[in-house]
Amino acid sequence: MLKKTRQALAILSIIMVTLLFLDFTGTVHTWFGWMAKIQFLPALLALNFGVLAGLIILTLLLGRVYCSVICPLGIMQDGFGWLGRKAKRNRYAYSPAKNALRYFMLTVMAAAIIGGIGSVVALLAPYSAYGRIVQSMLAPAWAWGNNMLAQWAESHNSYAFYTIDIWLKGGITLGVATVTLIALAILAWRNGRTYCNTICPVGTVLGLLSRYSLFRPVIDTTKCNGCGLCARNCKAACIDSKEHAIDYSRCVACMDCIGKCHQGAISYTRLRPAKTSAANTAQTGATAKATADESRRQFLTATAALTATAALKAQEKTVDGGLAAIADKKIPARRTRIVPPGAASINNFTSHCTACQLCVSVCPNGVLRPSADLATLMQPESSYERGYCRPECTKCSEVCPAGAIRPITKAEKSSIQIGHAVWIKANCVPLTDGVECGNCARHCPTGAITMIASDPDVENSPKIPIVNTERCIGCGACENLCPARPFSAIYVEGHENHRVI
Amino acid sequence: MDKNDNKSIDRRGFLKRLGFGASIAGLSLAGCESAGRRIAGDSITSSGDIPTDKMTYRTNPKTGEKVSILGYGCMRWPTKTVSTPDGNTEEIDQETVNRLVDTAIAHGVNYFDTSPAYCKGLSERATGIALSRHPRETYYIATKLSNFAPSTWSREASIAMYRNSFKELQTDYIDYLLLHGVGMGDDGMKAYEDRYINNGVLDFLLAEREAGRIRNLGFSYHGDVAVFDHLLAEHDKYKWDFVQIQLNYLDWKHAKEINPRNTDAEYLYGELAKRGIPAVIMEPLLGGRLSNVPDHVVTRLKQRAPESSVASWAFRFAGTPEGVLTVLSGMTYMEHLEDNLRTYSPLIPLTEEEKQYLYDTADLMVQYPIIPCNDCKYCMPCPYGLDIPAILLHYNKCINEGNVPASSQSENYREARRAFLIGYDRSVPKLRQADHCIGCNQCSPHCPQNIDIPAQMQRIDGFVEKLKQETL
Repeated sequence: MLKKTRQALAILSIIMVTLLFLDFTGTVHTWFGWMAKIQFLPALLALNFGVLAGLIILTLLLGRVYCSVICPLGIMQDGFGWLGRKAKRNRYAYSPAKNALRYFMLTVMAAAIIGGIGSVVALLAPYSAYGRIVQSMLAPAWAWGNNMLAQWAESHNSYAFYTIDIWLKGGITLGVATVTLIALAILAWRNGRTYCNTICPVGTVLGLLSRYSLFRPVIDTTKCNGCGLCARNCKAACIDSKEHAIDYSRCVACMDCIGKCHQGAISYTRLRPAKTSAANTAQTGATAKATADESRRQFLTATAALTATAALKAQEKTVDGGLAAIADKKIPARRTRIVPPGAASINNFTSHCTACQLCVSVCPNGVLRPSADLATLMQPESSYERGYCRPECTKCSEVCPAGAIRPITKAEKSSIQIGHAVWIKANCVPLTDGVECGNCARHCPTGAITMIASDPDVENSPKIPIVNTERCIGCGACENLCPARPFSAIYVEGHENHRVI
Repeated sequence: MDKNDNKSIDRRGFLKRLGFGASIAGLSLAGCESAGRRIAGDSITSSGDIPTDKMTYRTNPKTGEKVSILGYGCMRWPTKTVSTPDGNTEEIDQETVNRLVDTAIAHGVNYFDTSPAYCKGLSERATGIALSRHPRETYYIATKLSNFAPSTWSREASIAMYRNSFKELQTDYIDYLLLHGVGMGDDGMKAYEDRYINNGVLDFLLAEREAGRIRNLGFSYHGDVAVFDHLLAEHDKYKWDFVQIQLNYLDWKHAKEINPRNTDAEYLYGELAKRGIPAVIMEPLLGGRLSNVPDHVVTRLKQRAPESSVASWAFRFAGTPEGVLTVLSGMTYMEHLEDNLRTYSPLIPLTEEEKQYLYDTADLMVQYPIIPCNDCKYCMPCPYGLDIPAILLHYNKCINEGNVPASSQSENYREARRAFLIGYDRSVPKLRQADHCIGCNQCSPHCPQNIDIPAQMQRIDGFVEKLKQETL
C-alpha cells in the first residue's frame, strides 16, 4: 500500500514537472507551476524559507520521500531501476556508505553556491539536470509532435494547434544532458540510487536529516530470518541484512523492502531502532562527467553562415513574384551579456540560477537560450536574432523557481532597463541601400529611438536612428526587426545592474 | 463499377444505363445534385459533364476571328516544390499546366494571355510548351511588352524582350500584343512616354503589326485615367485593335470609391464601346476576391442561384457586355477551369434585373474594409523579404470570416484573436510578416490597384501588435 502510494505520487509528480518543460502555451504552469518551486535547491537559492521548512519537516517526519516523490531526477532513475530489475531480479546488494565522497561533493556545492560559480551549481543540481534532459532532448520531439497536430489542424481549418519553432538551443547543454542521461541510466539500471547517495548534494543534505526521521522502515529482528531479500531489492543499497541495520541517511523511503519481505519483518513505523554502526568509508573513483566541447556559438554561426552570403541589397525587379532570400541574423559580440528583466543584476542572476532551463523552455519569443560561456555554463542568456523580449510577456519571471528571475508585472517590465541599444553606422540600411527605413524607431516600445537627418545641413538626407539611452529598456525590438543582415545596424548591450527608469 | 453491380451501383451510371435521362430527375434522387441551371435537358449530373461544343464566341471586328469568351490568364500557373542542393524552390508544374491547357482547348478555349514578367518570368515558356503541343491555328496568343524594370525600357532591351517572347512561345507571330500596364507608377503619363514613345518602341511595334508579326496591337490599362484618355484620343493614329481593362461588378461603379486613383469600369468600357474597340477583361474575379466574399454575400448570391458558384456571377457579369472580346481568368486549378467552362458553355447573359442585383451586392461589399489586393504579385519580390500578397490576403480572409475584431469588447474577441494570430503565422513565415516592412516603398509603384503597400503593412502590423499585447 505504501509502495503503491509512493509510485502513484511519483508518477503524477514526474508527469507534472515534465509538462512544465514541454508546455509552451503557459496553461500547465498556471496549475502545476508550484511543482518547480518546491524543488529543494531552487528553493534554497531563492531563499524560499516556507518551502525549505516544509521540506525539512517532511524529511524529519517521513524520511527522504522528497527523493522518491518530488525529485524528478530521482523518479527518472527509479524508472531505469525498474527496467533493470525486469532484466534481472534481486540485482542489488548492500554496500557501505561512501561518506567521504558525499561530503566532498556537498562541500564543492556549498563552495560553488557561495562563490557564485554557476556552472558547478548547474552541473550538480538534480532537478536542473532533469530539466536539461527534458528541455534539450524531449522538448524537440514534443514540439515536432505538436507541429504534426498543427498541420492536421490547419488542414481542417482549426486553430486548436499552432506550429512552433523547433530549435536546438544549445549544443553544450544538449551534450551535458545526453551524458547525464546515459550515465544515470546505466548507474540506475545496475545499482539503483548510486547517484543520489554519492554525488547528489541534495541527497546528502536530506540524508543528514533523514537519520532522525520520525517514521522509517524498521526490521523486526524477531521475525527476520536473514534471507537478505530486502537488501537485494534495496535500490539505495542501504540495508545491511546481516546486521539487521538500515542506513537511514541513504534510505529514500521507497517502501520496496516492506513488500519484499516474506516474513513481514519490515514495517514503516515511528519505532526508534538501535543506533546504526558508523559506516566504513571507502574511496571510490568519482564519476567524472565529460563535458561536451561543442561550441554553441559555432553551431549557431555555422547554420547562419549557410545563408549569410545571400545579399539583401535591393535586387532590381524585372519579373513579378518570388520571395527574396533572407539571411539569418548572427549574434553580435556583446560586451555585457543580457539577462531577462526580473533578474535584477547579472550577479544576482548568476548566483541564483541552477540552469534548469525552465525559462528557456517557456520563452515564446526565441530569446532565451543556454549560455556556452564556461563561468555561466548552461545558464540562460538573452539574444535577439529570433525574436525580442516582447512587452506582453513575463513568462520567465513567472516560472523561475530559484529566484534568479524575480516575478515582475508587465507594467514593471516596461520600465526595467536591462540594456541599451547601440547604433552601428556601417550596417544602417538608409545609408547602405539608400532607402527609407526607420523600422527600429517604429517598433521601439518606449519611444527611445528618433529618426534624424544623417546630414544636419540637408533636410532630405537619409534618416538615421538616434537612441535616447535613458529611455531604452533593452528589449531588442530594434535589433530583431532591423533589416540589416546578418548583423543588425542596431543592437543591445546588456547592463550589469538592471535599473528602473 | 461493373464489379459492384449488385451491391453499390453508381447512381450516375445507373441512370444513364436505364436511359431515364432527365425525366427521372424530378422524381427521385438526383434533383439535389443537379446543377441544372442551363443544361438540365442534357444531363441530370452536370457536375460530371461539361459540354465541349457550347462555348460562347465573340468576333474580332478587324480579323473576323472567333475568340472564346473565356480567355486563359497565364499569370497564376500552378507550382510545385522542388528540392535542389540549395534548398527547396518553387517551379511551375508543367505537367499540370499541360493538362489544364489540354482541357481548356478541348472545351473551346482559344485565347491565352501571358507576359514576360509573369510567374517570376517563367510563364511564357511554360505556356509555350503546353500550347506547342496543339496546332498553331487552334489558339491565339496574347503577350506583352512588360515594363517592370527601367533597365528594360531602352529600345534595344524592349526589342530583345519582344523577340524573346517569340522564342519562349515557340511561334513566329503574336496574335495579340499589349503595352503592359499603361498608366501605372507615380506619374503614369511620364512612365508611358518614357517607356513606349520617346524610345520609338511604339513605332517599332506598329511596324511589326504592318509586317504581320503582330496581328492585333493594344494595351492593358491600370491607374491614371489621363493616360487612358490620351491613348484613346490617339486611336485614329494608332488604331488600337483591342484594349485590356479591369472590369467586374465591384469596379463597375466602385473602383474610384475604393481607390481615388482608379477609374470606374463603367467609364472605361463606355469609352471603348463608343469607339468600337473590343475590350479584353482582366480581373473579372479580382484575384478571387469576388468568389471569396463575406459569408452573408455568399448567402445572398446562393439564395438567388443555389446551384451556381459564387464566381459564376462575376464571370457572367464580365462576359455580358457585347463589346467584350474575351474574359481572362487565371485558373490555377482544374476546378476553377471546370467551373468557368460551365459558366461560359454557353454564357447566359445577365438580365438587367440580375445586373442590378449584383450592383446592390457590390454596394454591400464595399462596406467591408477589404484591401483591394488581387494577388497578382507585381509587387514581389520585396527586397526585404516580405510576402506582401500573403499578408494582405490573410488580412482579407480574416475580414471575410469576421476575425478582425474591432475591440477587445467584441463578442468573438478571443476566438478571432486566436484565428488571426495563428492563421497569420501559418500564412506568412515570421520573417516575412508586416513588422519587417521598412517602408522603402519600392513595391507601391508596381501595384496595379494602387495600394499604398507600406501604409497597409504598418497598419496591419499595428493591428497585430494590439492583438498580441491585448491592447485593442
